[in-house]
Parts: sequence; C-alpha cells; structure tokens
Amino acid sequence: MLPVITGFIDELRAAGVPVSMVEAIDAMKAVEAIDIGRRAALRETLRATLVKNLRHERAFDTAFDIYFSTLPLPSDSDQSPDTQPGETKDPSGPDGGAGEGGFDEDALFSSLVNALAGMDEEALRRAVREAVENLAGMEPGRPVGGTYYLYRTLRRLDLDQIEAELLEALTGEDDLTEFEERLLREEIEVLIERLREEVQEEIRRRLVADRGREAVAKTLRRPLIEDIDLMHATSNDLAEMEAAIGPLTRKLAAKLARRRKRRTGRLDFRRTVRKSLATGGVPVDPQFRHPRPHRPDVWLLCDISGSMATFSRFTLQFTHAMSTHFSRLRSFAFVDTVDEVTDFFGPGIDFGSAVSRITTEAEVVWLDGHSDYGNSLETFYNRYGSQLTSRTTVIITGDARNNYRPPRDGVLAAVEKAARALVWLNPEPTAYWDTGDSAMSHYARHCTSVHEVRTLRQLEEFVETLTLPSGRASPVGVAK
Amino acid sequence: MEFEGPMQVAEALRSANYLADERISQVVYLAGRLNKPVLVEGPAGVGKTELAKAVAAITERELIRLQCYEGLDEAKALYEWNYKKQLLRIQSDVDHDWDTISHDIFSEEFLLTRPLLEAIRSTKPVVLLIDEVDRVEVETEALLLEILSDFQVSIPELGTMVANTQPLVFLTSNNTRELSEALKRRCLFLHIDYPDAEREQLILNARVPDLSEHLAVQVAKVARSIRSLDLKKAPSVSETIDWARTLIALSVEEVDEEVLGDTLHVLLKYQTDIEKAAKELTSSPSGH
Repeated sequence: MLPVITGFIDELRAAGVPVSMVEAIDAMKAVEAIDIGRRAALRETLRATLVKNLRHERAFDTAFDIYFSTLPLPSDSDQSPDTQPGETKDPSGPDGGAGEGGFDEDALFSSLVNALAGMDEEALRRAVREAVENLAGMEPGRPVGGTYYLYRTLRRLDLDQIEAELLEALTGEDDLTEFEERLLREEIEVLIERLREEVQEEIRRRLVADRGREAVAKTLRRPLIEDIDLMHATSNDLAEMEAAIGPLTRKLAAKLARRRKRRTGRLDFRRTVRKSLATGGVPVDPQFRHPRPHRPDVWLLCDISGSMATFSRFTLQFTHAMSTHFSRLRSFAFVDTVDEVTDFFGPGIDFGSAVSRITTEAEVVWLDGHSDYGNSLETFYNRYGSQLTSRTTVIITGDARNNYRPPRDGVLAAVEKAARALVWLNPEPTAYWDTGDSAMSHYARHCTSVHEVRTLRQLEEFVETLTLPSGRASPVGVAK
Repeated sequence: MEFEGPMQVAEALRSANYLADERISQVVYLAGRLNKPVLVEGPAGVGKTELAKAVAAITERELIRLQCYEGLDEAKALYEWNYKKQLLRIQSDVDHDWDTISHDIFSEEFLLTRPLLEAIRSTKPVVLLIDEVDRVEVETEALLLEILSDFQVSIPELGTMVANTQPLVFLTSNNTRELSEALKRRCLFLHIDYPDAEREQLILNARVPDLSEHLAVQVAKVARSIRSLDLKKAPSVSETIDWARTLIALSVEEVDEEVLGDTLHVLLKYQTDIEKAAKELTSSPSGH
C-alpha cells in the first residue's frame, strides 16, 4: 500500500497540487487508522489530509481514479468487481462474462435505462462495462487520455434517446405541469451525468490496466485552474476562477488599505492603564488607538477589445468582485476610446447583465473598434485626470497592442505623477512584450510597476507581493 | 478516542439530528483518531457550525466557541491579565517586598481566560469551535497555530500550558479569504457543499418532523433547481428548512408554481435573485 500512496502523492505534486512533507506523513498515519478495503473511505481520508483547497479537488479525483481503480481490494458492496491488471490487456478479450459473443445493442440500451430509472448501481455498472467493451473500440497501447473513447461510447449510446426514455419511464400516469416537468428534467440530468461519470471511470480503469498508472496519469494531467492561461480560458474555466477571485480581491483591499501607524487615534484607556502598572499606576506613557485604515481609492482601466475577449471577461469579473470591497472603486473600459463603467457594477447587479450593458451602452469605440491605447489614455487623462489624487491607485489591464498607432505614452507620466501609484497588468508572456505592435516598454517606463498576469496564480502573486508607496505624504492626512 | 469507525460516527450524528455523508463522517472519525483539528469550509448555511455542535452532543463534551471577527486579538482569544485586580493588589499591599508581590500578581488568580485558553485548561475534554476563522486578519491567524499543532499556549509570565485533555477542534470558514498555508497544513480539510436532493430530503425529514415525505421530496428538488441558477446568494440548507416550515404553516400539500411564487422570499434574500428565480421557474416554457 505504501508505495502506491507515495506514487499517488508524487502524481498530485506533478499535477501542481502542493503537498507538504507533513501532510504526506499525516496521510500515511490516517490510512493506517482506516479500513482501506472501502474505497470511499480511502478517498475521503486522502482528500482530507492531502488536498487543502477546493480548487485542487478535480486534480485529486482524477489522480485517485487512476491510482486506486484497479487495486485488487477485498470486495465490498461499494467496490466494483475490479479487473485485475493483466486480465484486460486486450480490451476486446473476455472480461467478466457479460456481453461476450453476441452483443445486443437494444438489450444493452434498455438495461441502461432501467438501471438509471431504478438507480440500481450494480446493474448500471454492469451495463456500462458492457457498453464500453463493445462500443468504445479501445485500442491497446495508444497513448490517449480516453476523451475520444468517452465521446465515442456516449455517441453510440445516444444520450438524447436515453433522456427521452427516462422522461417517459419516470413520468408515470398523469400529465405533468410545466413546473413538474422542469424538476423531472433536472433529475434526469443528474442521472445522465452519473452515467457519463460511470463510463469515464470504466474507460480509465481499462486504460490503466493497459498502460499502467503513471502513463495514464501523465496523459490526463491538466493544468490546475490557477495555471490556465487567461487568454485561452474556456467559459467553464472562468466560472471556476470566479470563486477564487472573491478572496483575492479582499486581500488586495487589505493590502491597499495598509498604512504606517500614526499616533492620531483616540486614547486607548485599557492599554494606558495596563501600561501604567509598570509605573505604579501613574499613566506615564499614554496609549492611543490606531487610526482607522483609510479606504483605498482604486481606479481600474480595462482593455475590452476583441483580441482581449477572454482576458477582459476575467478582468471584468475581477472588477465586479472588487466593487464589493472597494466602495470607492471607479472602473473604466476602453477599446479606442474610454468610458466610465463604474455604475454598471453596483451592489445587487449581477455580472452577466453588467457585461451586456458594458458591451452595448459604454462608448468605448470611437473610430474603428481596434485597440488604440494612445487615444484611450489621452482621453482618459483629459476627461478624468483632474480627479486623480495622491491616494488613487490606478490599475491598467491590457496587452499594450496598439495596432502600430502612436503610443502617446507621455500622458501616462502625468497620470503616474498625479496618482499614488500606477500599476500595469499584462496578460502576455514577458517575452512577447514589444514584439509586433506591442508598445509595452513605452508605457512600462512610466508605471510604478508592471506585472505579467497570465494566470490566476500570477494574479495571486501580484496581490501577495504588492507594495505601494505608502501614500505620497498627503498633507490632507486622513481620508475624507 | 471514543469513535469506533466512520459508520458509528454517522449513526451517532444521525441520532443528534445531523445527517452526515460519507465524507463528513470519515473526517470526523479521523479527527478523533489522529487528534487533528478539522477545517470545515463551504458556503454559508450548509451546517458547518451545526457539525461542531452535533459532535459536542454525541461525545457529551462541552462546546467552547470562539467567534472570529476583524480585529480579534490575543486579549480576546487567548488570555488577558486582569490588570484592575493586579493594580488593587499592588496598592493594597505595602507590607510585602516586591518579589512576593510580583510573583503574586502574575499567578493564575489574575489571569482572565478566553475561549482558547479555556479549552486548553478544561479538565474535561471539550469541543473547541473556532467560527468563521476567515474573518480574522492573516497576522492574527498565527495566534492559532500553536494551539492547533501542539494543543498548548505559551504565556510569557507563566510558561507553557499544555492541554489536560485533547480537545476536538473545528474551524469553520466561508472562504472569503484564502487561509494561510501554515494553518491549512495543521488541519484536516473538509469541504461541505450543498447536499444533493436525496440527502437534503433526509435532512428536511429529520429537522421538520411534520413535513410529509412527498413534500420533502418536492422541496429538495425545487431547492436543487434554484441552486442551479446563477444567483447572488443560493438558498442555504437552513433556508430550505425555513421554507419547509413556511409551507407547513400555510398548510400547503403540493408545491406548484403559485405556491413557489408566493413564498420565494423565504428562500432567497435578494430582490434580483427573487425576480430571476420567479422568471426562470414559474412561467418559462418547460425544459431549457
């Protein structure tokens, strides 16, 4: 067992999940304390000890399915009749007995529907094994992850047809109202999803038997959500990232609010008396409360042009989340000119409608709808520059690809001078900066700091390491 | 520890009206076996705090609770010297020499225990609940580390106080902020999500005994349906329980569009969410 678990931990680390030495030892200790015959128990035990972040669970589940699927564990009700490695070297060979010889697709179909309708786990598993064996057309030795086999099996099974039959089977005698039908359809969706998982697991089980754990794990390794390139993220990825953005903006808010301690607060009576003990009760050294941290003043400037579609969706998500933490956040969007979009993200406005309003109502296109940083920045400064104060942090997000138009970067120097800090986040790899029509270095030299933010992890690092000049000694002092 | 196995934990929790799934009972069992704190994470209202209470109930331990908030400090979480009393002691006593007094005023008599120290010093085993730990600042988190890994507290004047008995520790977090690696490393991690329809139905039956089986199934399905929408705040388990109670109070026997439309405000707390759910569920054509 030990070597399997160490191998499993190595795989988790290879997939990017941080597993410390202490956690690995905890996992070993925990495994000793449980009945490893039950696969579910093993799964939850390893999960609780090794994975400390919800975002890593998908990677964990994939690795777990691979590493502990073909273990010849003592049989148990929740343990599927496992195939021993070696037995299934040839996927079309004899395996389990079901579906040997004459394969009846119709019979399989109806047994699948029945198993799903009655939620009969055992029957479902048997039917899925048969389906994969006959329909997936798996070829031994091919270095694939199984997505194609999954697709092929499900297409042959015809999910729409299954869905229709399930609907019929579960409807019963009476006609359904629309409302009831909706609830029923959702239930069927859950069942179909269950079927999909079952098929996937069966395919992986066979792949592992064919090529071994390490090889399959390697093909199936996906970047963690925090390592996905924001320029190429799918909408699923973006939805998953959304959960992580909230905590991040909160941290950023705390960072931006931090200030040096000053002695301007009210007298802290408790601490003063406490301190006076040293001098026999005479309050020689009065203590003061810390002044309340000032509310950070943040302006976000996002490039929402077409080339930046995915990234800008991400930055808008970020903006949306920020607007709940910064009451004094102002946001601006630009393509070849700039418009303020602060009001589109208010409290209680959902993200989807904010985005659609920005794309339809905000006046961000002036000439031809191709990025023009020069014009946008200049318009920005002319229109809003006078409202910048020494407490304002300006964050610009964009690739600085200017379509070979004049960068007009001088205006950024003025922005930087007026603001507390000017930060640029660029979603392109540093190596691409200044190639082609990128005018990054023109802009970079006027910024307080410039960061490559291609992934969620880099955004996290940016927030983590952010240090800003602690306010250009503003004579006004405490925020209004 | 008194737990025999995850099955027994699940059963005991059920008798305390808490329906644990495989994951929850496994982690609670491990916490007892390995003497490790459990970090419970999940959306609001899925029963994180309830879990700690239920564990306290089944183990017949006292529950000591530390509610976290921004600005929580050592003096509120760990201990504080009772300076008023110390002051009185010094001023009332002019006969003794300094050594005696200084020895005296830093004794346990002058110590005000706060929840963490109380859990350590308790002679009977306790359940310690550190609620909403994501609300304290990162710096304050460090206060917890010593207690979580070694079950001890160091007080400079008194030395190290080691726990008399092993407390079972639960920390809850709504994940509004990423907790530090150091803290996570010391804990078992348990993510509790909204229950699936089947489990939610069981929870409803356990919590609202008057609810008919049929209605419980419907409530659970509607809750799942609403949670699948993109809402500002999805209904929590406690809100579905409230909703079930409302339905009973209105003596509803069958949930239909009209009933749902009238009572949505019990499940959802934002006007935009209510409008969205009403639009999606009550009048749209079937399917998607």
